[in-house]
Amino acid sequence: MAPSFDTLSEQDLHEEEEEEIDFSDLKEQLDVKLDEGLDTFVVIDGLPVVPEESRQKLVKFLLRKLNTVGNTSEDAVFMPVSDKGSTEGFAFVEYETPEQAIAAVKQLHGVPLDKKHTLSVNKLMDIERYGREGRIEEEYVAPELEQFKEKEHLRSWMGDSNARDQFALYRNDKVGVFWNNKANPAENVVDRAHWTQLFVQWSPKGTFLASVHPQGVQLWGGASFSKQKQFPHPFVQLIEFSPLEGYLTTWSARPIQVEEGQPILTYEEDGKNIIVWDIETGKPLRSFVSHDLAAGPADEGEVQPKKKVQWPAFKWSADEKYVARMLQGQSISIYELPNMNLLGKTSVKIEGVNDFEWSPATVTREGVKQYEQLLCFWTPEIGSNPARVAMMSVPSKEIVRTRNLFNVSDVKLHWQSQGAYVCVKVDRHSKSKKSMATNLEIFRVREKGVPVEVVDSLKDTVINFAWEPNGSRFVLITTGENPVGAAVPPKSSVSFFAPEKKGNTAGNFKLVRTIEKKTSNGIYWSPKGRFVVVATVHSQSNFDIDFWDMDFEGEKVEGEKDLAANLQLMKTNEHYGVTDIEWDPTGRYVVSSASVWTHSMENGWNLHTFAGQTLSENPTEKFKQFVWRPRPPTFLSKEEQKQVRKNLREYSKEFDEEDRYAVDIANTAVVEKRKRVLNEWLAWMRREKEMSSEEKEAFGYPEDVDSPKLAKDAPTNVDDQGDAVVEEIVEEIIEETEEVIG
Amino acid sequence: MRPILLSGHERSLNQIRFNKDGDLLFSVSKDKNVCAWWTANGERLGTYAGHQGAIWTVDVSPNTVILATGSADNTVRLWNIKTGECVKVWDFPTAVKRVAFSPDGSKLLAVTEKRMGFLGTIAVLDIAYGDGQGNNLDSQADEPSLRITCTESKATVAGWSFLGKYIIAGHEDGSVSQYDPKTGDQLENVQAHEFDHQINDIQFSADRTHFITASKDKSAKLMSARELAILKTYTADTPLNSASITAKKDYVILGGGQAAMDVTTTSARQGKFEARFYHKIFEDEIGRVRGHFGPLNTIDVHPAGTAYASGGEDGYVRIHHFDKGYFDFMYEVEREQLRK
Repeated sequence: MAPSFDTLSEQDLHEEEEEEIDFSDLKEQLDVKLDEGLDTFVVIDGLPVVPEESRQKLVKFLLRKLNTVGNTSEDAVFMPVSDKGSTEGFAFVEYETPEQAIAAVKQLHGVPLDKKHTLSVNKLMDIERYGREGRIEEEYVAPELEQFKEKEHLRSWMGDSNARDQFALYRNDKVGVFWNNKANPAENVVDRAHWTQLFVQWSPKGTFLASVHPQGVQLWGGASFSKQKQFPHPFVQLIEFSPLEGYLTTWSARPIQVEEGQPILTYEEDGKNIIVWDIETGKPLRSFVSHDLAAGPADEGEVQPKKKVQWPAFKWSADEKYVARMLQGQSISIYELPNMNLLGKTSVKIEGVNDFEWSPATVTREGVKQYEQLLCFWTPEIGSNPARVAMMSVPSKEIVRTRNLFNVSDVKLHWQSQGAYVCVKVDRHSKSKKSMATNLEIFRVREKGVPVEVVDSLKDTVINFAWEPNGSRFVLITTGENPVGAAVPPKSSVSFFAPEKKGNTAGNFKLVRTIEKKTSNGIYWSPKGRFVVVATVHSQSNFDIDFWDMDFEGEKVEGEKDLAANLQLMKTNEHYGVTDIEWDPTGRYVVSSASVWTHSMENGWNLHTFAGQTLSENPTEKFKQFVWRPRPPTFLSKEEQKQVRKNLREYSKEFDEEDRYAVDIANTAVVEKRKRVLNEWLAWMRREKEMSSEEKEAFGYPEDVDSPKLAKDAPTNVDDQGDAVVEEIVEEIIEETEEVIG
Repeated sequence: MRPILLSGHERSLNQIRFNKDGDLLFSVSKDKNVCAWWTANGERLGTYAGHQGAIWTVDVSPNTVILATGSADNTVRLWNIKTGECVKVWDFPTAVKRVAFSPDGSKLLAVTEKRMGFLGTIAVLDIAYGDGQGNNLDSQADEPSLRITCTESKATVAGWSFLGKYIIAGHEDGSVSQYDPKTGDQLENVQAHEFDHQINDIQFSADRTHFITASKDKSAKLMSARELAILKTYTADTPLNSASITAKKDYVILGGGQAAMDVTTTSARQGKFEARFYHKIFEDEIGRVRGHFGPLNTIDVHPAGTAYASGGEDGYVRIHHFDKGYFDFMYEVEREQLRK
């Protein structure tokens, strides 16, 4: 048997490793071809032993079960009768197709027939293969129980005494995991060559690090980053974790070809592109053919170039109970976990559906008692029907709120992280379709009846939008019409919005300020809110990174007094060629990076504080990826968190002390090291001097043998006169005047 | 530190050398001319004309009587520095990439290129100084006294250790080797730099007990001449063309930049055309001097340690006389050492 993914050793993950030619897999293939005709047969064991007369009755009774998974008939059931005139307790059954036979094995094996008898269903082929003479030991040997091995703690990194964060760094062929040490060089945890082939990705709570190989996905975890789980999806290209790390979706453009002998993938996965895996068991839950965006009804199996992949293809509800996929223009299919069955056995038909988003948190609407998850979707104008944004409650599949829109050219749905608001960004065209404008329609999900607030229309197109995490403010970037093919990047404006102060609830959303004449295109909120980084990324000429504070502790600007924000630009940095910006999970640090995936100039990453102070610059050859390890949510209750906040001063004193101490230690270490190095150097010089004077003596050379005067026939016109003073007389004409006398 | 800009060459510089007194600077470039300059004010003293091709290398005899040059016209020429006459021409089968006088001036080594079926060699030539008054300089031996053939990887640069005891060569594959100049035997070979990253320069300290190598692998290494041990490593972020050890202060100066052929495809800030100063003992970068607008091809330090000069792909030579701050700079530990 060819080496399966399960038995892969570290080296097998590297492509350059030449595999030995293994003929057994060829043999296996030939074997299969021989008994291909028996694919449709199953062997049923565990039947009651009945006299020949009642055989017919038993077959009929059995057929009722057998036909639940496929089609077979009385003629196709062969139940042999022994010499004693009674059945043997087993039967051979032929199904119409091999798939049905497989289904029978899957679903009927271990199913009780009556109180006394339980069916065991096997493929005839399997019995042939595994039960052939010689393959089974005559005597039963108890399998050896594997010794219990303590597994590594998957969250060990959370126990760091200094509450440092980890990050994964992918550069050249190497992936390393490091501790962030502020301005000091990061401390390496592991560094492995060829750890991944495409990219690395952390799971959403930071438990696993996923590496992506042609053989599949490998999850790593624990203090030493040992192998945790494998998901053998051949030629996997994209992966997506569910929000609580229970499931993993993998996608490959190439339809899966299941080979015989693959222990994990079965015929069900054959020809599919997407697999939804259960991370705990490492088994596929269900597999799908991918729908491509804007490719109309998907041509199954055929891969056409230029089709856009819809990714993430499967979107998860916040609690992982549901996962949904859209067939563009037609329907949304919602599957229930953990069995991955279609909710209510049918997809939700929505004509023209263009996009949908789950609420990122479980929301309780006012006046709604039963459990629900919300999802938002939109449909464009079809004929005379207006475009529509709607909110659906799951599992009831009830539409709880809709809003009709006109002259729509595009819609983007933005949920706030707690699910409190959905901002629907509507790009509108005028009747003549010549000018564009953008509307923001904000659904207040928690309030009664889900009121919608319309934020005044913006003349320019909105190119980016982001909610403050756990907050009610947002930032958007607009840009004017950019001339086609212009060399200069289009100018953009950054606008900050905040609600009016109104007691406990958030009032109407109002513009705080607009910064004109920027080139920014990226918005990066601190995961804890309040601070936001607005930057120009992927640009060839502008690389500014602005660090904003939304709650500046200082005088407020007149006219913004009634808004729940005090905007202040803290710092502007520049990072040449910046392509990515990422906040650490605690909102203390920001990393800007320039990846070789985008361009090859000055690749590397810089570490900044939340306020924009640059702590370190790390130019790195062939730098590819920087990813902070996410943290799981805190265990502290709201009260405890409040307590921490209240005592912040006390704690910070302690930490400041520690920091000072660390600096002292580091300084002393540097001085010590320098002293040592200097002394070593001086000692080396002394030794060299001694040795060379010894040599000179041994050869009978005078001390100044290297002097040119001693070269045999060199002219001795060089005199040692010490430093000569070079005098130079420079005439400078200060003024020239011409006088005409006469 | 205001530089003196020497603009006498029409093409990129290949090597510059101070004489032992430091009052003269010799520069060679691709434009076939050797220039001699007064270092004090940057005035040009004269040129030495005669080569038919780009001149790769130049060296001055320790007594400043003879100048040796090696060129792409496959010759090594000796010049009378005072008169400017060419006193001797040696023909080689291939271009000469490096010449260097032994510490006592009695020998000259020449590194020849590997090309057209000829292997790279290091030839050793005996130098005679005529009657001692600068006359009869043209009576030189016609044949090299020794030829070392590099069979493994061609030598790119070479120099003499203390007492002329070893010839040390840097190779195309990033290794450094040590030869016996009497027998031509290879005594040692060390893969000092990354494999296949050419060594572009070797320069010795004043006492010739250690030397510095500059390589394409973006690092420079300080090595001992006796056992080829790597003493220090200086890491830069750009390929290095030249490195020099300063006298008087314990610094090294590195120069390089994006290779000339790649420059046009990258932005100016990418070039990194700066001279970088590192502390020789602590390996820290302590400063940079900007000014060239092409890669730095060659750097040399005034033997007294009071100035340095750099020659660039841009065709200019810049002489910098050091300021007081340069000499005053000292690490705390050094200061302590001094007080003891």
